[in-house]
Amino acid sequence: MQTAWGAKGDAIMPDLSRRKFLTLSAAAPVAPLVAGSLAATILDRAAFSNSSPLPALTSSERARQRIQQQHLPNLPLISHEGKQVLFYDDLIKNKAVTLNFFFTHCDEVCPLVTANLARVQKLLGNQVGRDIHMYSFTLKPEEDTVEVIRKYRQQYGAGPGWTFFTAKPDVIEALRRAIGFSYPDPAVDKDKTQHIGNIRYGNEPLMLWSACPGMASPKWIAETFEWMVHPEQSRVQPS
Amino acid sequence: MYYNVFGEKVSRRRFKEMCEAAKNRRELIAAGLTSRRDLMRMGLLTAGGMLVAKSGLSARAQSTSPATGLPGSNVKTNNPPSSASTTSPGTNQNCVPGNQAASPKTRAFIQPLPIMPLAKTVASLTPTPTEDPNTAAGEVRAAPFQAPLIDATRFPVVPATLYQFNQRQFTTSFSPDLPNQTMWGFDDGTGTRSPGPTYQAFYGKPQLTRNINSLPSITQSNNTGFGMASVTTHLHNAHNPSESDGNPCDFYPAGHFCDQYYPNVLAGFNSTNAPNGDINESLSTLWYHDHRVDFTSQNTYKGLFGFYCLFNSLDTGNETTGFRLPSFPQFDIPLAFNDKVFDPQTGELVFDLFNLDGILGDKFLVNGVIQPFLQVSPRRYRFRLLDPGPSRFYEFFLTGNVGGTGSPTTNPFWLIGTDGNLIPAPVQVQSVRIGPAERVDVIIDFTNFAGQTLYLENRLNQINGQGPVAVDSQLFAQNEPVNTECTTVLANTTPAVRAAGAGDLILQFQVTGPKVADHSLSPTKQKFYSLPTTTDTPRIVRTFKFDRLNGQWSINGQFMDCNTFRFTVQQNSVEHWLLTNLTGDWTHPVHIHLEEHQILNRNRSAPTVPTDQGRKDVTQLHPNERVELFFRFRDWVGKYPIHCHNVVHEDHAMMALWHVEPTGDNVMVP
Repeated sequence: MQTAWGAKGDAIMPDLSRRKFLTLSAAAPVAPLVAGSLAATILDRAAFSNSSPLPALTSSERARQRIQQQHLPNLPLISHEGKQVLFYDDLIKNKAVTLNFFFTHCDEVCPLVTANLARVQKLLGNQVGRDIHMYSFTLKPEEDTVEVIRKYRQQYGAGPGWTFFTAKPDVIEALRRAIGFSYPDPAVDKDKTQHIGNIRYGNEPLMLWSACPGMASPKWIAETFEWMVHPEQSRVQPS
Repeated sequence: MYYNVFGEKVSRRRFKEMCEAAKNRRELIAAGLTSRRDLMRMGLLTAGGMLVAKSGLSARAQSTSPATGLPGSNVKTNNPPSSASTTSPGTNQNCVPGNQAASPKTRAFIQPLPIMPLAKTVASLTPTPTEDPNTAAGEVRAAPFQAPLIDATRFPVVPATLYQFNQRQFTTSFSPDLPNQTMWGFDDGTGTRSPGPTYQAFYGKPQLTRNINSLPSITQSNNTGFGMASVTTHLHNAHNPSESDGNPCDFYPAGHFCDQYYPNVLAGFNSTNAPNGDINESLSTLWYHDHRVDFTSQNTYKGLFGFYCLFNSLDTGNETTGFRLPSFPQFDIPLAFNDKVFDPQTGELVFDLFNLDGILGDKFLVNGVIQPFLQVSPRRYRFRLLDPGPSRFYEFFLTGNVGGTGSPTTNPFWLIGTDGNLIPAPVQVQSVRIGPAERVDVIIDFTNFAGQTLYLENRLNQINGQGPVAVDSQLFAQNEPVNTECTTVLANTTPAVRAAGAGDLILQFQVTGPKVADHSLSPTKQKFYSLPTTTDTPRIVRTFKFDRLNGQWSINGQFMDCNTFRFTVQQNSVEHWLLTNLTGDWTHPVHIHLEEHQILNRNRSAPTVPTDQGRKDVTQLHPNERVELFFRFRDWVGKYPIHCHNVVHEDHAMMALWHVEPTGDNVMVP
């Protein structure tokens, strides 16, 4: 599910663009959002009559595709190091991850959550970057350029394995909604000071996803994240 | 009221078009088409860079036809049940709120209601249960059994009644119109099922269940899209010692087990009403379910739950004795209501893992089958209604004359139990409301309906996972529609409760069974337990403010943590708990383990709804409401939780842990 990328980070449609596009967005047999949508209606149907049928998938494989299509889109982002990445392919696929949003001039929740995550990273030690990958995304890409987020990250003492990202405003908006960090009420949803302070954590190949409050205790958050690295652990707290 | 980005009022249809266009733009972005070059190549961008005013893409383009013209955009109005446009005939649902499409079409009332078999005991367990957790054998338990420590004669370490429940993955069918589904369920030795086998338990007969996690290993990446195969089973809401309560923070993966000791003893047995406990604290309808922290919603949705019916010398299960309630199990039937979502292409069960508000399904199951029918005889039946969630609230009516000449009828029935607790006397009602984790016991008398067809109909309006539609809401409480709304007009013009026959026909009763004797007592003559007094002065009054800070559920401004206990209750004392809902649009069914409670007041007035007037263990906390609850915590010590039982909220994580100890604290705002 790759698209070739040009120098400026714009997506270029390669030769098999239509087929690839369909694979990206309407892979048989699941594409609940996109089936019959604009994508299919505007593209020439003849283009994919030549495409070979996809191999039969198990229920879990279909589920994994569905989750990717609905919630883990392959959006283009730029890291605090200036590196261009695709959200699903480069950041999420086959990984255990944590996802949260911030913006550098947020003076309520974000400083607390970011500081918390810094503590969490220390508690997790060298698992971060190796077994679990921490990602933070800015909600205000107009202000938070690569330079700005690099400084912000440094301020909070983030270590390797915890990457900060910016992207075009449309992309950030799509990402935020895709991972469920939105409000039903559009008025509240537009207000960036109300942005979701939860941290979504997951193990993509195992299709384990949940979320925890970013302001919870770092020790507890770290323990929660470790379930994504060591899912087969017991836990019991003596009464 | 609907507004465009310029602040101008627009019609509902127009607004939906705008939302649809926004959705389509997002899809393009999701497909990686963010460059102008691509959009221009597809004829969607003018040279000037503006989106072509194409209907369905640009918010400024109006469509000329009633529908937006895109496949899948069903403009749903309040069609009668026979309308071909609905995928769930007999219901008012044609889509799922939020960012999902409608489930595939299924037929209604073509399958009989499954009745779960009674749980089978086993003669012995290997290894034999031990007072201390048998860690070497793979047991995961927080503490030794408390009951034998109190009285080893009454509560032997190995009681006479034993169960071995394996939690397993299995395949089942919800409807002949859908493929087989992978679910998780309970196997008592006779096969795996969901809902699990129904326990038939008795006060005075302690029992032990070995819950074994035999689910597939998590690392095999085959959970079909949701579910975390590490478990802890809670018996909701037994008066149970802490180590056997199924605490959310005590969980174990495949290959491990937990022996859970169920004393089946009345509250007060070792305190206020020694030695037998207070008969007025009798419990009748409980349920067991997975409670694994952060994954409860996924695991219960995947099938890990079942019923537990507790009997005694009054609620005997034999309609010729005691209270003379309809005989169990033939005329006393547990009903579990699940609303579920299925992939429109494949028909496979899906769960939106990325939802923070709550999940609504557009398919209605009872005991694991979509919209079944039940043949009944023209006599009285007891039904034990359970809403396992995840997030839907129901208002059930008994509706007749659907599809006949004239309007559908609303027929009264009898409320006899709240959260599984028999109330002082049956109350005749037109309907009952039930939210996640609540139970309502009812008597329906079919005597006068021989030959007719009736329905258990849900008429409550709910358009998203936050809670039922609030009639007076000034807020626009709706997820951005993808395939348009599930009910008629939204927000402040949506009725809270729909008209007869215009709701969701969930269970069909065919009163065509043979005429049989009915030895149960008429509800007009029945009397059950007295409500325990609530006049004792509390040792302490604690306040719990439920709030949402930037999407994070909090209780008194603090967040869930398995390592933190927020307060300590003094064993054998009375407390008042004030619950306040500051979260605005959300309704929270709040649940407290260990003891039943009574609602003293809602917003400082005594409760008026019959389902609020009995003993409960789940209390619905409506937007901006303040509820005061009476508790008497007795007998056991150890850790227990308080949490919201909209299990999606529970998982994110609207919960707090507390302790019962011989000496309590004075933390009024924990």
